[in-house]
Amino acid sequence: MAEMNTSLGARVETALTTKNPALRLALGACPLLAVATRAASSLGMGVATACALVCAALFGAIFGKITPEKGRLPVFLLICAAFAGAAHMVLQGWFPAVSEGLGLYAPMIAVSCLFLGGAGRIGEDGIGKALADAVGMGVGFICLMTALGAVRELIGCGTVFGAAVLPAGFEPMLMLAMPAGGFLALGLLMGVCNAVSGRNKKKGASA
Amino acid sequence: MNLHLSPAPHVHSPQSTRVLMLNVIVALLPCVIAGVWVFGFAALATVLVSTVAAVLGELVWQALTKQKVRVDDLSAAVTGLILGLNLPAGAPWWLAALGGVFAVVIVKGLFGGLGDNFINPALAARAMLLASWPKYLTHWPAPAGVDAVTAATPLASPGSYTTAQLFLGRIPGAIGEVCKLAILIGFVYLVVTKTISWRIPVAMVASAALCGWVLGANPVATALSGGLLFGAVFMATDYVTCPMTVPGQWVYAVGAGLLVAIFRRFSVYPEGVTYAILLANISAPLLDRCFRRRVYGHEKGEKA
Repeated sequence: MAEMNTSLGARVETALTTKNPALRLALGACPLLAVATRAASSLGMGVATACALVCAALFGAIFGKITPEKGRLPVFLLICAAFAGAAHMVLQGWFPAVSEGLGLYAPMIAVSCLFLGGAGRIGEDGIGKALADAVGMGVGFICLMTALGAVRELIGCGTVFGAAVLPAGFEPMLMLAMPAGGFLALGLLMGVCNAVSGRNKKKGASA
Repeated sequence: MNLHLSPAPHVHSPQSTRVLMLNVIVALLPCVIAGVWVFGFAALATVLVSTVAAVLGELVWQALTKQKVRVDDLSAAVTGLILGLNLPAGAPWWLAALGGVFAVVIVKGLFGGLGDNFINPALAARAMLLASWPKYLTHWPAPAGVDAVTAATPLASPGSYTTAQLFLGRIPGAIGEVCKLAILIGFVYLVVTKTISWRIPVAMVASAALCGWVLGANPVATALSGGLLFGAVFMATDYVTCPMTVPGQWVYAVGAGLLVAIFRRFSVYPEGVTYAILLANISAPLLDRCFRRRVYGHEKGEKA
């Protein structure tokens, strides 16, 4: 397998770009559509999810080695739920405003598809590779959440991170703050990224 | 020698997209004229802005994506015209322009252009505008000459207009939808020129009136209020987004009418034609599957 030889850094990069879970595999779309309407709450959700993801990957890799194959999925789900619960508590304790903004979606990190995206390989990869994947996916998710949240906040409310940046005459496009607008913005963002990476691939092939 | 291969049936028709679209434009002219008669020249400005925006939007989009520029097939002009007629007279110019561009670029262009859009572009743009700037889309100017700036539409206050008023259109509402006489003239023109069949509009209006009657509304007022007639004639009949087979079209039209009656009776909005037709659009591919045409050369009951 060629993938075995790639360095950990390259794995992070792959998870961040060509296999970016939310952008390319359309995983974790629920928080993207429901929560990412404000830049600040998106960033909070992204960081909480990414931290839980990295911790779950670390412990999943450790316990995956000693768990029989049939028991890996339930064990991994327990680990995910534990770290998602911890992330939720940290948010509630230290960032009550962010936690309030996320509402039900903060405890729901536990069932985020992002975790299950790599669940099939639990225990097969070493700790280093599992961590590299999780870091790449986590950072990719943070970037996408924040970008989408900022764009939707800008057009849907006329602000970014709560600061008014558009002239007073601007009439916000309310739909972008609704889930329907989230689908639209996510689809457009995916399209732009596909177009850009397609062009890069062409350049790489001809060079 | 260059032999051109194409599947049967090998029928030639003088009707091109351009001719069909030109027919629709002609059929829409009475509505435009009636809109100007009812609301003054603000109505004309709104319609012109959305039409020009749709055409320019298509031109720029096709040029940017290096496609063949097909603005001259007039489909973008029809989309913009229909969208403009769906807006209140005097809507902000940027609203009409944004709607036109959204219709041809997001709803049509991104899905592959004319023929590949899964919902009617003008309607989808209207739904987007309604969701984004509801205060403009529910702000109906009163007909010119009436002593009021805004007024309740017949759907919001049923019984406040006579049947003649509803029919001739000196009532508040979207530019193109108010004058039923103009819409009927356009309908007859479209049927006579064989641009559309009478089936979908008649079935949809009849279904809405009948279902509305069952739900306690006056059937005549149901048929003559809001955007039902306009939607049934000009938007539900869009070739791209309605089913291809005759039985499919019956189900589609009756279903859309039923949805109109249900939305008007039970939803928080007084009007539901936009959403009814959009939902019917989405069900069109399923209806095409359910009512497949017998393949030419196959016996009845034989599987293709």
